[in-house]
Amino acid sequence: MAEIELRHIQKYFGAVHVIRDVNLTIRDREFVVLLGPSGCGKTTTLRAIAGLEEISSGEILIDGKPVQNLHASERDIAFVFQLYALYPHLSVFENIAFPLKATGMAKAEVDRSVMAIADALAIHHLLSLRPSALSGGDMQRVAIGRALVRRPKALLLDEPIGALDAKLREDMRVELKRLHLENGSTSIYVTHDQVEAMSLADRIVVMHDGILQQVGTPSEVYLRPANLFVAQFIGSPVMNIAEASITSSGGKVAVELDGESFAMPHDLVGMLVEKNADRISLGVRPEGVLLSHEEKAGYRPVEAHIIQPYGPFDIVDLRVGSQTLRARTHTGFVEKAGERVWARIDPAQAHFFDTASGNSLEIRLSE
Amino acid sequence: MAAVTSRGQRFGRPVAILAILAVTLIFLSPILWIGATAFKPRAVATSVPPTVFFEPEVTPFVKLLTKRVQLKQPVAPEVYEAAPWWEKLVYDGGERVLKVGDEPQLSQYPNRFLNSLIVSIVSTVLAVSMGTITAYGFSRFKIKGEQDLLFFILSTRMLPPVVVAIPMFLMYRQFDLTDSHVGLIILYTAFNLSFSVWLMKGFIDEIPKEYEEAALVDGYTRMQAFFKIVLPEAATGIAATAVFCFITAWNEYAFALIMTNRRAQTAPPFIPSQIGSGLPEWTVIAAGTVLFLLPVAIFTFLLRNHLLRGVTFGAIRK
Ligand SMILES: Nc1ncnc2c1ncn2[C@@H]1O[C@H](COP(=O)(O)OP(=O)(O)O)[C@@H](O)[C@H]1O
Ligand SMILES: [Mg+2]
Repeated sequence: MAEIELRHIQKYFGAVHVIRDVNLTIRDREFVVLLGPSGCGKTTTLRAIAGLEEISSGEILIDGKPVQNLHASERDIAFVFQLYALYPHLSVFENIAFPLKATGMAKAEVDRSVMAIADALAIHHLLSLRPSALSGGDMQRVAIGRALVRRPKALLLDEPIGALDAKLREDMRVELKRLHLENGSTSIYVTHDQVEAMSLADRIVVMHDGILQQVGTPSEVYLRPANLFVAQFIGSPVMNIAEASITSSGGKVAVELDGESFAMPHDLVGMLVEKNADRISLGVRPEGVLLSHEEKAGYRPVEAHIIQPYGPFDIVDLRVGSQTLRARTHTGFVEKAGERVWARIDPAQAHFFDTASGNSLEIRLSE
Repeated sequence: MAAVTSRGQRFGRPVAILAILAVTLIFLSPILWIGATAFKPRAVATSVPPTVFFEPEVTPFVKLLTKRVQLKQPVAPEVYEAAPWWEKLVYDGGERVLKVGDEPQLSQYPNRFLNSLIVSIVSTVLAVSMGTITAYGFSRFKIKGEQDLLFFILSTRMLPPVVVAIPMFLMYRQFDLTDSHVGLIILYTAFNLSFSVWLMKGFIDEIPKEYEEAALVDGYTRMQAFFKIVLPEAATGIAATAVFCFITAWNEYAFALIMTNRRAQTAPPFIPSQIGSGLPEWTVIAAGTVLFLLPVAIFTFLLRNHLLRGVTFGAIRK
């Protein structure tokens, strides 16, 4: 197992700048998820670490040793491809044994290692089959077995369960988590699915347009998004974001969204002045929008116009001026569209961003 | 949906089968005729109107493979009785087999046939292996002017080969390559190479590059990945390309006629040369043709599974 360090990685495809000055350290035994929308450069980053893609500049270190000039075969890293890339002309057993044969391992030892990994993945009954006879989930298990069998320094996975259907994806997610807990291999996992990222990662690396937006634990990334992109990319339904202005009159501070004002604690003014931002945006997740049937201090009346039942909770769209504020309520809280309720933005769950740069102002309010 | 399919099948099936039968018959009829002629008695072969039913005999094949001369007078009965069955057939035709000591002399046909085999097999192996490696390079690496190079390779097939026959002949004479196996092998390899590159590129493009990349990260060199992963995956394409190259080399007539006359002569120019002067022995020529058709038929039959997959390659992969 190993530590992987990326220093100032740049990658151009022709004139297209795909990876922009990426710096990242993946600690030994850590499970890091590279999360970002399609086309943001996740696969390219992963392939660069594996040695399948040459970087334009920068350094890749494995256990402190620069490897950017080594061939893929010399880096001792395993790669699980999005579409598994199991060799169609070899049986499952031969597929898993394939990396071991490269090392010139004795046959008895190869057999023992393949059996051990087949046990760990519960794929004994598949060993004699051809990949074409396997289901998607089993193909993925075999691909992971082939990656883990030679105990590589690190395991790279490129959307390994993206092609499976939803139910199977959930099972495989748990299985991957279990495998990582058992093996503790340093892993970099690429996905565009935030649920996968949140549930698997020790740390999430959010990527956009080839730039690392934020690196942090799942809760850090969720609770303290570094910028508007992260705030909107993570969390479902999406965080409410709107340009806001802060008003302070008669000792009362409020945030004004499209002419409608929501009460905020006093401290906000001082904090904002300190940040000196021209225009600010307010972000609040649906669960940070609190609703009440009766009038309460700090709550203001709004009209509910769309109700989406999710099962364990409802998502209610509230009309605020010409904009929509999305709230999460318990099931059946608002009975029908058109109903009037009282709403409040929970200051503890409010995020403030500099509209121009998109960066978080790092203002955290508690009451 | 089901109803439509079954109605389509009820009417479509027999019609399709009939059509296939008709087309097959049209395509096979010359071969059937040649095949029949190869087993006909000499007089029957040229009878007018043509004879369809006859008693088959193998005399044409015996004549094809042996050197013979006309008998001045019938052989003595005891000599006839002592002769093996094939020699009797020749005696029956008023000829005798030439011998050196006790060994019957073979005609030139087996030698020409062997030449055809050598030249076709070696040139096919060369064209397919060189084509596969070249195609791999074009398929997997960024190559400057790739499109132009590929077009150039294809363009070598754009004019009829015979156009360059005279200059080629002059060059070959200069390099002492006329009437040599090496000369024909070079010619056929060069001729098939462009096609081999293009065909193999199509097949190798279809093999996801992740297969090799998986092998690369698993500790194999690119060379090993090529032999262990790409070649087995491309087997279908290699088989299809090989059959095509083999057939082209095996059937080639014009250059073989110009470039060879004796030592390295292949079967295609040899067979018609037997017509020669005097009365042509059609049955013997037919026998030579039938034997000539066999290798391609056998080769194609052996690789039929690969060929069928080759034809529908793109379709089943996805
Ligand atoms: N081999 C390549 N040649 C040119 N452009 C490429 C190549 N591979 C990827 N790209 C481009 O680089 C960008 C990042 O791609 P990729 O790393 O695959 O993104 P992701 O995996 O995040 O979806 C995309 O815009 C893609 O079009
Ligand atoms: Mg990708």
